[in-house]
Amino acid sequence: MNARRPYKRPMTGWWQKNPYLVEYMLHEATAFFVAAYAVILLVSAMKLAQGQGAWDQWVVWLTSPLSIGIHFVLLAAFAYHAWSWFNIMPRTLPPIIVDGRKVGPQTITFLGLAATVVLSLLLLIVCWGLAR
Amino acid sequence: MNALSNNTATKSIEIEVLRYLPESQDKPYYQTYTVPFTDDMSVLQGLQYIKDELDGSLSFRWSCRMAICGSCGMMINNVPKLSCKTFLRDLYPGKVRIDALANFPIERDLVIVMDDFITKLESIKPYIINDVPRALSDGENLQTPAQLAALEQYSDCINCMLCYAACPQYGLNSKFIGPAAMALLHRYNLDSRDNGKEQRMPLVHAEDGVFNCTAVGYCSEVCPKKVDPANAVNINKTESAIDYFLRFVVPKGANKGATKGAPKGAAK
Amino acid sequence: MKRSNAPIFWLLFGAGGMLSALIGAMLVFITGIAAPAAIILPRASLNYDSVLALAQHWAGKGFLFIVIVLFLWHAAHRIFHTLHDLGIHAGAVAKLICYGSAMVGTLLAARALLAIGF
Repeated sequence: MNARRPYKRPMTGWWQKNPYLVEYMLHEATAFFVAAYAVILLVSAMKLAQGQGAWDQWVVWLTSPLSIGIHFVLLAAFAYHAWSWFNIMPRTLPPIIVDGRKVGPQTITFLGLAATVVLSLLLLIVCWGLAR
Repeated sequence: MNALSNNTATKSIEIEVLRYLPESQDKPYYQTYTVPFTDDMSVLQGLQYIKDELDGSLSFRWSCRMAICGSCGMMINNVPKLSCKTFLRDLYPGKVRIDALANFPIERDLVIVMDDFITKLESIKPYIINDVPRALSDGENLQTPAQLAALEQYSDCINCMLCYAACPQYGLNSKFIGPAAMALLHRYNLDSRDNGKEQRMPLVHAEDGVFNCTAVGYCSEVCPKKVDPANAVNINKTESAIDYFLRFVVPKGANKGATKGAPKGAAK
Repeated sequence: MKRSNAPIFWLLFGAGGMLSALIGAMLVFITGIAAPAAIILPRASLNYDSVLALAQHWAGKGFLFIVIVLFLWHAAHRIFHTLHDLGIHAGAVAKLICYGSAMVGTLLAARALLAIGF
């Protein structure tokens, strides 16, 4: 008993040892891309407030290949965020009982992704309508 | 069993075990053993072979060998598993690496210090709390199948600690209340016979409470009994958040003395 | 036992996460790919007058504000916790940088969107 010397293992590299945890860090990382896009929108609002001159210059960058390329990366990140968000969502909800049975996790994920598709298309249609 | 059944030990598998002998070492080290095995053998049986035939100094916890006592949890190829429920045939021909359960201090070899876990389980008041006095004439404290169904999955926990080994937030902050303790807490809060929720919630709201969880979800992935502790933790995040804002509005003790729709005693 | 103040940030994180999950990708496509490259939407939709009209309308202004602000607070909370996951436990400093940045962004957004007028 007097020879007890419990050994505490270091946490370094904890997430690299397991595919499940690697994926966790990947989907957490989408936050950086969400922040980046929010900043782009914020800058857009600020340029708009500064007047036509500032805005037109901003549009020059926004329509550049670099910007469009960045937005493709952002698009992938946001899509992955949506996917991972609705995959974890069932774990965060209280039981939903329909017809005396608990709604399964795959159904919840499916409904979340379906809502994403529907709302996204609606948004596109609204924007298309406004742009006409 | 027919004549072609493969029950004679013709195969061997390499099992690499993290050893730690505090009386003679400063740090853990790996030791590899070659273990003959048959298709019906679990990793636990592999360890028992090592202890019985190759190296009597190897220490590990086990008991029921049928995935109900929760004693034999360990890291098998970096995944928290019950060694009695993991089979050598599924790992063959690769090497099997066995470490003590992650996120806990190692006492010796595969034995971890579980005091913190026990303390946490005790801290959440894991018993029916009901200040409504019941007379003998009230009869049994009845509970319908539906009321039982609400809490049943959370009551299935076998205290194997795989969820704590899976939880990186517990690894990074051992003061975090953690998955199994929250599942047990939730189990009692959901019990129709209990009205002690208010006594348990301070642990949920605390700085080392549920908001340390970042919804990794790995705890529920590794749980051998499908308790879904992640669910227990995250449902309580919502509860805690709502209470955080409503606590100034709703008077404390408003729901004291109410039983949760439990039916009255049986007719005599 | 000290009560955690996390609920404030967690609710903002959840709202921002839900919003960005539901329409974030499409917003990126619309503002960053479609309109600039004249796919589905005309290039003219990026003209100053058009965008100004959108941002001056209470609904457009409100929508822009909510998106910017919720995305910022969602990201701040998640990044703060990711730093912790990566072993960067600068506690109060990290909190100030993460949530402070979101606050700065919120104020800048409010100022810009109000300056645009109605």
